[in-house]
Amino acid sequence: MQDLGEAFRLALSLVLSGDADLVEIVSLSLRVSLTATGAACLIGLPLGALVAITRFRGRNAVLILVNALMGLPPVVVGLIVYLHLSRAGPLGFLGLLYTPTAMIIAQTILITPIIMALSRQVLEDLHAEYAEQFRSLVLSRRQQVAALIWDARFSLLTVGLAGFGRAVAEVGAVMIVGGNIDHLTRVMTTAIALETSRGDLALALGLGLVLMVIALGVNAMVQSLRMTAVRHAYA
Amino acid sequence: MHMRDAVNGIGGARAPEPDRATGDCRAATFRGLGLSIDGTPLVRDLNLTLDPTGITMIMGPNGAGKSLLLKLLHGLIAPSSGEVSWGGQPLSNELRRAQSMVFQKPVVLRRSVAANVDFVLKARGIRDASRRDALLAHVDLLEHAHQPARLLSGGEQQRLALARALATEPKVMLMDEPTASLDPASVLKIEEIVQDAQRRGTKILFVTHDLGQAERLADDIVFMHKGRLHEYGAAELFLSRPETEEARNFLQGRIVV
Ligand SMILES: Nc1ncnc2c1ncn2[C@@H]1O[C@H](COP(=O)(O)OP(=O)(O)O)[C@@H](O)[C@H]1O
Ligand SMILES: [Mg+2]
Repeated sequence: MQDLGEAFRLALSLVLSGDADLVEIVSLSLRVSLTATGAACLIGLPLGALVAITRFRGRNAVLILVNALMGLPPVVVGLIVYLHLSRAGPLGFLGLLYTPTAMIIAQTILITPIIMALSRQVLEDLHAEYAEQFRSLVLSRRQQVAALIWDARFSLLTVGLAGFGRAVAEVGAVMIVGGNIDHLTRVMTTAIALETSRGDLALALGLGLVLMVIALGVNAMVQSLRMTAVRHAYA
Repeated sequence: MHMRDAVNGIGGARAPEPDRATGDCRAATFRGLGLSIDGTPLVRDLNLTLDPTGITMIMGPNGAGKSLLLKLLHGLIAPSSGEVSWGGQPLSNELRRAQSMVFQKPVVLRRSVAANVDFVLKARGIRDASRRDALLAHVDLLEHAHQPARLLSGGEQQRLALARALATEPKVMLMDEPTASLDPASVLKIEEIVQDAQRRGTKILFVTHDLGQAERLADDIVFMHKGRLHEYGAAELFLSRPETEEARNFLQGRIVV
């Protein structure tokens, strides 16, 4: 085990010198989690909007289910995706296990319920305010959804950031379906777990620093979005 | 009155000619109109045909059912009994597109002032910045065009709602106490715009419980009380010689319960 101070010094120099391994790991992390966030928004936003502005039988059941899915443990998501993608599984023929695509799929499943539930709430509140005006204007459902999403843009961006924050920080799902393969599926969280257990604290700490900066950055963006929205009374 | 000259042609039905086959779509008729919510009757058995022109004011104490009547006429809520028709036609999306509603609390989109008007124009397939600017000039908001609309004052927000309502050149405007919480100057400005629209041929249905406003604007008056229609007639007649006890009490400012 390295001396902690020494490890920290090494970690800093890895980060500041732009160490190739570290950069590779960080960029894969960002690619996987940003893609998953994008996919989750493409699926979750319209679904959330639809549930927000329509009343149908079983709506409450859908709300309860989605809220429950928000709490899915990442390892369980990883396990489920693993079972589908493993050679014996129904989607085994795709050969996706232990690829970045598998990791994107797992994280998309993990955060889609979050995007859907949070955006549903945001859009439903806004719709309560706009509904009569929309009906008076005889807008189609499409026009309504588009207008709601645009007018809720600041809140929805923070919803997206919340999803990204959860995706980029989780370790269970990407560990199971990615396998933490060097130069292929190794992302920040899995690398931190592995390097720590192997005793290479410098890389672990360096990645930890980057992850922390990203997490803080996401929070700062959420805060500044809120403040911008409030300043324009668009919140 | 410079603002009016700048915008010739805005804010009115262009051709208020009654179509003889179907009747004038600015004339509301309701028969046996009733609304109950959770078993409580809130609007009871209203029967009337309104004049297709001029400004009809709907008056009555709080809770009389004025807002509900307006929403029933515009089709925002479905009646429990009876029916609403305009010029003999039952309410339809097409009819509703020929109407605009202005709410007591203006619905202001989270966009710029200009984008609020663009939104309504675009919903009708129109992209026309000069028309939008003319509308904003008409309600004295052109200088605020690029500000966030929700930062406008109450009176300005309501004028924006009016510009949006006028954007579709409605044949009918339904206004639910649009000036209820505004300062006198804003009230007068809005009344001017409404009268202008009326002169251009738009039928106005206007809810108020402000007697002064009724004296200034009304051609005829519908008086409601506890969900029932008590009187309908020419404004001067109603204001000087109300026929029912409830209306007399209301006009004298006595609490009517
Ligand atoms: N959605 C609703 N559910 C139950 N009661 C309602 C609803 N909307 C209005 N009411 C009641 O109906 C009555 C008439 O309401 P409204 O038309 O808003 O009165 P006003 O004449 O003041 O505009 C009031 O007593 C109000 O409380
Ligand atoms: Mg009312």
